[in-house]
Formats: sequence, C-alpha cells, structure tokens
Amino acid sequence: MDTWLPNNALRGALFFFVALVLRVSIAQGQTPNTCLDCHGALDPPLQVTEQRFANDIHSQKGLTCASCHGGDPTRADMDAMSKAAGFRGKVTRKDVPGLCGGCHSDAAFMRKYNPSLRTDQLSQYKTSVHGALFAKGDMKVAVCIDCHGVHDLRPARDTQSKVNPLNVAQTCARCHSDAEYMKTYGIPTDQFAKYGTSVHHEAMTARDDLSAPTCTTCHGNHGATPPGVGTVQNVCSTCHVFQADMYEKSSHKGAFQAAGLPGCVVCHGNHGITQPTDAKLGTSPEGVCMQCHSPGDVCDQARAKMLGGLTQLDQAIKGANQVLSRAESSGMEVSEARLGQDQARDSLTKARVTIHSFQTKLVEQDIQTGLATAAKNLQAGKDALRERNYRRVGLGVSVLAILIVLLGLRLYIRQIESNSK
Amino acid sequence: MPLLSRARIWLDERFDWAGLIGPLKKKTVPDHKLSYWYFLGGITLFFFLIQVFTGILLLLYYRPGATEAFESVQYIMTRVQFGWLIRSIHSWAANLMILTAFLHMFSVVFLRAYRKPRELTWLSGMFLLFLAMGFGFSGYLLPWNTLAFFATKVGTEITGQVPVIGHSLMVFLRGGEDVTGATLTRFFGFHVAVLPALTTLLILIHLVLVQYFGMSVPPGVEARWKTSPGEARDMKFFPNFFLRELMAWYIALGVLGALAAILPWELGTKADPFAPAPAGIRPEWYFMFMFQTLKEIPAKVWRLDGEVVGILLFGFAGLLWTLLPFFDQVGCGRGRRFIMGAAIFAVSYMFAMTIYGYMAAK
Repeated sequence: MDTWLPNNALRGALFFFVALVLRVSIAQGQTPNTCLDCHGALDPPLQVTEQRFANDIHSQKGLTCASCHGGDPTRADMDAMSKAAGFRGKVTRKDVPGLCGGCHSDAAFMRKYNPSLRTDQLSQYKTSVHGALFAKGDMKVAVCIDCHGVHDLRPARDTQSKVNPLNVAQTCARCHSDAEYMKTYGIPTDQFAKYGTSVHHEAMTARDDLSAPTCTTCHGNHGATPPGVGTVQNVCSTCHVFQADMYEKSSHKGAFQAAGLPGCVVCHGNHGITQPTDAKLGTSPEGVCMQCHSPGDVCDQARAKMLGGLTQLDQAIKGANQVLSRAESSGMEVSEARLGQDQARDSLTKARVTIHSFQTKLVEQDIQTGLATAAKNLQAGKDALRERNYRRVGLGVSVLAILIVLLGLRLYIRQIESNSK
Repeated sequence: MPLLSRARIWLDERFDWAGLIGPLKKKTVPDHKLSYWYFLGGITLFFFLIQVFTGILLLLYYRPGATEAFESVQYIMTRVQFGWLIRSIHSWAANLMILTAFLHMFSVVFLRAYRKPRELTWLSGMFLLFLAMGFGFSGYLLPWNTLAFFATKVGTEITGQVPVIGHSLMVFLRGGEDVTGATLTRFFGFHVAVLPALTTLLILIHLVLVQYFGMSVPPGVEARWKTSPGEARDMKFFPNFFLRELMAWYIALGVLGALAAILPWELGTKADPFAPAPAGIRPEWYFMFMFQTLKEIPAKVWRLDGEVVGILLFGFAGLLWTLLPFFDQVGCGRGRRFIMGAAIFAVSYMFAMTIYGYMAAK
C-alpha cells in the first residue's frame, strides 16, 4: 500500500519529534499568565507590562499575578477575573503586610525558593514604628510595597532594587524628606540632607563601600525604629567595637545616662556624622568637651593633655615623613622606615580610639609608643640623608681622581707622540 | 733588575713573550677626524666587564626566588657595605652598555664599516646586541618588583603572539603558563649562565675579527687618501690608541659613578602576582619603541591580529637589518642609498617612538 511516509522508522522519528516539541512547549509555558496580555496594553496605574514583571523576583521564581490577586490566568477571557475563579482584585493597603507575610512568614514555603531568606519580616514589622502606627489604622506609614516596590520587585542584591544599600537612603527619603507628608508626625525631615554630608554617605557613594552604614544599618529595616537614648552606643558599636568598649568602661557612660544624653551622638551627632578630627578635643567651635566642662577644671586639663599628646605625635609623624621624602627623592632606600611610619600612624589611630576611655594614662601609653617609632623613623631618614651626603663627597673625590688620571694620560700621550716625531 | 723586567724575561724564556706581543706593537689604527667613533665598541666592552665584575659581587647576596629575591636586593641596597653602589653601577652599566652598543651599531652603519670584508664582524656585533637586550630583559625581572613583574608579563605575552612557536616559546620563557617564581629562577639562569657564556664567546669572535680585518676607514676618507696618499695617517695601537681608549674608559667610569651616586637605581615595591597591574607599566627604554608601536597598531589589521602583524613586521625588519651588509653592493649604489635611508628612518623612528612612549605613559 502506498503511504506518504516511507517506512515505520521515519514515522517513529516523527512521533518522537512531535512529542519532544510538545514537551518543550509545556515546560517553557509552565503556568500560563494571560493577565499580562491585557494589562500590558492598559494605561497606568493598571498597566503591568511583561517586561516589567519579568524583572520581578516573584516572576523569576515562577509566581504569577494570580499568586497575589487570585483569578485564573489560564483563561483568556474576562472570566479569569471572576469571583468563581477566585479573583481577589486590587490588594488594599490594609491587606499588604498580611498578604506578603502569608508567604514570607512561612518558613517551610520560603525554603523551597530561598532557604537563607529570613521569615521574620512581618513580626519585625509589627514591632516597628511603621507597624505600630499601621496597627492603629494609619495607612500613610510604610508597608512592604512602599520600600520594595510592586510588580518589578527586585532582590536586595540587585543594584536597581529600592532596598539595595546604595538606594536605601533615597527610598526612606521619599517619605522622610517630604515635610508635607511627615507634618502630622512631628519629626525632622532633614535626615537625608544631613546623611548626604556624612562620612558614612561618602564611604558608601565615593568609596563604593557597601558595608558603610545607611538608614537601615542603624534603624533596622522591617523593625525600623529610632534607637533610644540608652541604646545608641549599641548601634554604633556594631561597627566601632573598640571605641564602644572604651566608652563602656569610661566615666562618661554613667554621666550621660544620668543626664539622659544619647551616648555617641552627644559628641559625633547622628545623621550628619563627619570625619572626626583632633579639633573635637580643642576649644574652638568644633570642640565638644567644653560644651559641658568648665575651663580649668580637671577634665579640661585632661582634655588639653590628650590633645597635646595627639598633636605632638601627629607633628612627629609629619616631621619624619618630610625627612624620609627628602631622602627618597635623593634616591635613598628608606622603605623600612616607611613601614615604620605605618606603625607610628597605627599608634596615632589607636590613641584616637583610646580617647573614648577618657583616661589620659591610657592615651599617653599609645602616644609614647608612637613617638618612639616616629623618632626611630626620623633618625633613619637623617641617617639616609647623611649617607647621601657621604656618597656625594665620595663621588666628588672619585671624579677629581679620574680627572687627574685623564690629565696625566693626556700629557703622557702628548709626550710619547712628540718624542716619536 | 726591576721586578717587571724580570717577569718579562721569565715569560720570554717560556712563551716567546716578545714574539707574542710583537704584532701588537706593530699594529696601527687609522687616524682621521672620525676616529673617535671607534671608541664606542671599546666602551661597550668596558661596561660589559663592569657588569661581569659587579654581577659576581651581587651574586654573593642575591637569592633567586619569589619569596627572597626582592628582600635580598633590599638587603644589598640597605645593609651590605657599598651594596647600593654595586647594584646601582650594575644597573646603570647595563643601560649604558645598551646605549653605547646602539651608538656603536649606528656609527658602523653611517661610516659604512660593515662593508666587505667585515660582514661577519657586523653579524657577530648584531648577535651581541641581541644578547645584550636579552641580558636587559632577563635582568629586569630579577629584583622581583611590581614594575618588572608586570613588564615581564607583558613582554612574555608579546612573545606568545609569535606565529606557530609563540605559545611554546612563552611557556619556555615563563616556566609555565604564568609569570611565577619559576620564571624568576629561569631568567636568573639565563642571566648568569647562558647569556654570559654565549656573550663571552661572541665577544672573542668579534674581537678576533676586528683584529684580523683591522679598523675600517670611512669611504670618503679612504677615497681622499687614495688620491693623496700623503694625507694618509695612522697611529700605533699600543700605546697611542690604547691610552686614548683608556681615557674613554675613565670618562665612562666617571659618568657611571656619578649616575650611581646621584641617581641610585630604585628598587620599587615587591611584586604581588595577585594584585591588579598598576598604571604606567612599561618595559626598559630600549624596548619602548617596539612596545609603543605594538600599542598603536589596531587590534585587527585586515584579518590578522594587530599584535601578530607588529611582531612579524619587527621580526622582518630585524632580519633585514641583520643582513644589511649583504645589500650594500646591490644595484649600482641603490642598496647603499637604501641602507642610509633605512638607517636615518630607524634612528628617527626609534627616537620618536621612545619619547612618545614615555609621554603616553605619564
């Protein structure tokens, strides 16, 4: 019998190919999402394009619109959004934390997608100022989508995410820098402007140090709340361990607590923390000690002694640097002394940290160590310059000897050539 | 009887000393206004001898190896009595030797001293120049500092671009796929054993050839002397020329000492193979014109890799230059004019590209 297929083998191959195509199509389609067919073409705020939703981590993990909004995304008609299909419609602001928390607080569910992701965001949120006000019915405060976005929600590691360390401050500032929006809460709105001038912001933006503090580092993220007066040093100490340890044992801790002063913030400020200089110990407007202490009292004397020590060590290091630079520019090898300068600078840094103990004796120890190292380096620089001078004198003598030999040779050549004539 | 005379008699009785040095006493050197160019070869030899001497002294303290090389050179520079002087003289003499070797080569070209029958003298001189550059390339890495490490990396990478044998050559030079401690010990071996042995042998051949053929007289002077034989002048090699050469060596010694004392050769920072390459990586100055040319060539020339094209061009130019005496007699003076034109172009190109290379590296 004639057939349009030549033989059974070819028919088998065709059947296998069709099956494979179908298998691939089904695998690629996974869960059909017809919502985007219409919502991609709608105008905002109903618009959600396929491209936008593709950036969303939920979409990438296989979730669809129906995961939050309900309905039947496999149907291509309006019945997809019928109550019978389980459509919940627009999620109201009031329901957002509960909806997100429905999955994100379920450790067993979340483990399937990202086992390392925390599942305490909702419980943390409830302890935050945002969560507390939300519970009282304030719908202006931040809920999940205000910080994380919606429909194009990216993981925090993505630099385009609103909660990436580089973008967190701007995300918070959207509300907290809006004086009109924040009017009812009676809190300042200059935090972001001040943070922009801080050493922390500089580290984050100019030096690309993603570990530098931003809003959430000190205030927390889901449990965001202002640190209390008594706990400020706990916040700062997460990074500034040694300073906090010194402060903890110092007389200032008790005094500040008794006066209701917020620890570190008293001298360094909060959002607008600038690079501290030794002038903080001085009596100029930049100085902080004399804001509380009286001139001539025992604390003022300790302050002056510590400042004097720091200045002396700083000058000693700079002086040694100058001599070493002169030696280096003369071609002298002073790399060992240069390493020694690093040690002297370490002593200065340590002394500046020890200031937080407010004990002159401890600070003095670091300063003396630094001064001894700087003096050794200075001596190495002077020795190098002396050696340079010695070499130059040696060169002068050698050149003179060479010139005398040259002159002798010239005269000798002239003599033998005149004799031969 | 003075000790010197007694020694001479002692040698004479055993080796016919007077007979041996007799030809030297009779040997003469042409004497004309361009005779001073003859000193350049001798000065190059002087710098080589200084390097042999200072190199042996450096060997007393230098330790080849990625973990010790830098520290040992630092020790030589800071702790060893006059170590700084020995190392600086070694480095400066190396550079001055390359400089005088280049000057010697170009003086030979412009005075046409390469012409028949001195083709083999020229060839031995060219191979000596290549060996001197090999000395420079291998010695540059030995202090194991950052600049030398990355320059060697770039230099050996360029070698790797040579068609067919490039990769094998690069692996052979590096002692592996990367520049490591193995490269350092390998370069040390080349620098203190292989290259000195080959150079000593070639210097002997070069000197024997120079003695055998005598010093060349520039064609213009030679023609004048032919037409007016009365104008032809010469001087005794010993002691007249020898003492003048000695004066040149003394001047070279003075310049060398001044450079070493005023500008001691710097050490830099220790090489860190895991650190990113710092800005301003550059080879020694005598490789700069080639380095800069390779940088300027586009990535693709027609269908070929730009770097490969550059290497092939330099290889071809180097081959032609080495065979230069054999083109001198080609086509009724055309070959000679071509050589002069090529020499003027080569000097200008090398000079301009070297300056440009240093300006671009800033």
